[in-house]
Amino acid sequence: MNAPFSILPPPPEVARGTDVTPSTIRFEHVGKSYPARRGTPEVAALTDVDLAVPEGAILGVIGRSGAGKSTLIRLVNGLERATAGRIVVDGTDITALNEAGLRAARRSIGMIFQHFNLLARRTAYENVALPLEIAGVSARAIKERVEPLLDLVGLSDKRDRYPAELSGGQKQRVGIARALASRPRVLLSDEATSALDPETTNQILALLRKVNAELNLTVLLITHEMSVIKAVADRVAVLDGGRIVEEGPTYDLFARPQHPTTRSFIAAVAGSALPPYVAARLKDTPAPGGEALVRIVFTGDHATDPVLSRISRLLGVDVNIIQAQVDEIAGRPFGVIVVGIPNAPETVAAVLRSVEQLNLSAEVLGYV
Amino acid sequence: MFDILSPAIVDLLIEATKATLYMVAVAGLIGTAIGLPLGVFLATSRSGELFAAPWLNHVLGLVVNAARSTPFIILVVAIIPFTRLIAGTSIGTSAAIVPLTVAAAPFIARLIEAAIREVDQGLVEAARAMGASPLQIVGKVLLPEALPAITLALTLAVVSLIGYSAMVGAVGGGGLGDLGIRFGYQRFMPEVMAAVVIVLILLVQAVQSAGDLLARHLDKRNRRG
Repeated sequence: MNAPFSILPPPPEVARGTDVTPSTIRFEHVGKSYPARRGTPEVAALTDVDLAVPEGAILGVIGRSGAGKSTLIRLVNGLERATAGRIVVDGTDITALNEAGLRAARRSIGMIFQHFNLLARRTAYENVALPLEIAGVSARAIKERVEPLLDLVGLSDKRDRYPAELSGGQKQRVGIARALASRPRVLLSDEATSALDPETTNQILALLRKVNAELNLTVLLITHEMSVIKAVADRVAVLDGGRIVEEGPTYDLFARPQHPTTRSFIAAVAGSALPPYVAARLKDTPAPGGEALVRIVFTGDHATDPVLSRISRLLGVDVNIIQAQVDEIAGRPFGVIVVGIPNAPETVAAVLRSVEQLNLSAEVLGYV
Repeated sequence: MFDILSPAIVDLLIEATKATLYMVAVAGLIGTAIGLPLGVFLATSRSGELFAAPWLNHVLGLVVNAARSTPFIILVVAIIPFTRLIAGTSIGTSAAIVPLTVAAAPFIARLIEAAIREVDQGLVEAARAMGASPLQIVGKVLLPEALPAITLALTLAVVSLIGYSAMVGAVGGGGLGDLGIRFGYQRFMPEVMAAVVIVLILLVQAVQSAGDLLARHLDKRNRRG
């Protein structure tokens, strides 16, 4: 039963992007509201957002449509202006800048977009060159910069192609090269993989990881897909109704989600949603002779422990595995298992106790 | 077709074609010189846009609408004092350029505005995120991206100008329309009228085909590798 866990490598000592490194992007009590117009009252898009992206880390902000993600990311480069609080990027208070100051600051903040936003009448090369042209860089210096960038994103052979001749993934690679052209310290990713198929998404996320590591680039990304967070983010913030409801290292958030919104996002990827035939029979109260369903989350040092056989042996309890999944998050093993055990209250309590003694979390989902 | 026309009429036809081309070319150039920046401004000056000036946008919009809603033949007559002021006379080919330009500029402005508004706002946002100034956004994003649509818009404007230029013949302007009215209609020479119509059709065809070809060449959106 526990074989999948024991073959995994031991977890790395230190997770990336811990709190000790200085923050490159910092939101301090940031609010954004849109003034009342005829017929519509004032709308608060973001309320009291406190958020810090450590230098060189990838922080993912996840939220549903309308949660305020787009607004949040656009505040960082001043495409939208905050109505309360401060946003400090690489030591510069973005909220205090005028338009000219903002234009200068934006040159050290790259951005990529869901729909790529490439100029249709410029080739891949010319698209990557655009931010350099805007910054007034000479044609020769542009050539010296653009060609290695196209190489970095693996598109040297497409340099003279127009966007219409490129696939979605290739377009986003051009977008990434373009965002990196002015050697930014910060990269903003606005749903960059939402228009791509799963395989291309993985390739683009791998490329983001690569540039993040090679260039020590600080990345703030927004997404509505937990799988994106799982694949690349060191830290994650959950945005709901314009507020950050939960924030922390990605691994911890997966292991111990607190907020219902977080739980529902995680349910979609981490195998914590029950199979329909089980979910349909799930009740809140025990039935005679039935089972209690317990979800155990295997994390960190204990993710590789043979927990189930130990419980079964020590407590003399029959453990019925309903569902099991093992995964890797931020490079560390992570498992979720749902088991059925006899529903006598003392048995359930004993199992929960012994699981907690192993520093794992467990919860009763219901009874069948 | 020239066989049935006398050499004198053929000469007149050639002269009239030249006069029409001259009027259309000059009115088209000046009309574009006024209409292009006006159109760009109209497309970028509503509130929240690059050169936000909602009040000026509104006023210019009203002026453009007023000019556009005046029937051309009325416009020609109504602005005779203005034409005299600019051209020194209200009769002849050069004088006809004035009302043609006055009619073309707002028309071109609206066409350019529509072409610019067709450009994906995402591109403007991307350029802003790169630190582009509003003028750079116009010069490096809006105009280049709208170029195929602008080409088609100007083609349409030139075709319309060819039609308008025939109308100024009725009020003493030169050109093909003038020839058609004076010889074809007033002197009962249907062959001259036919020749005028055929030359106009050929001109419009040529302009439209050239415009379509150029726009297709400029448009990189429908290529497939």
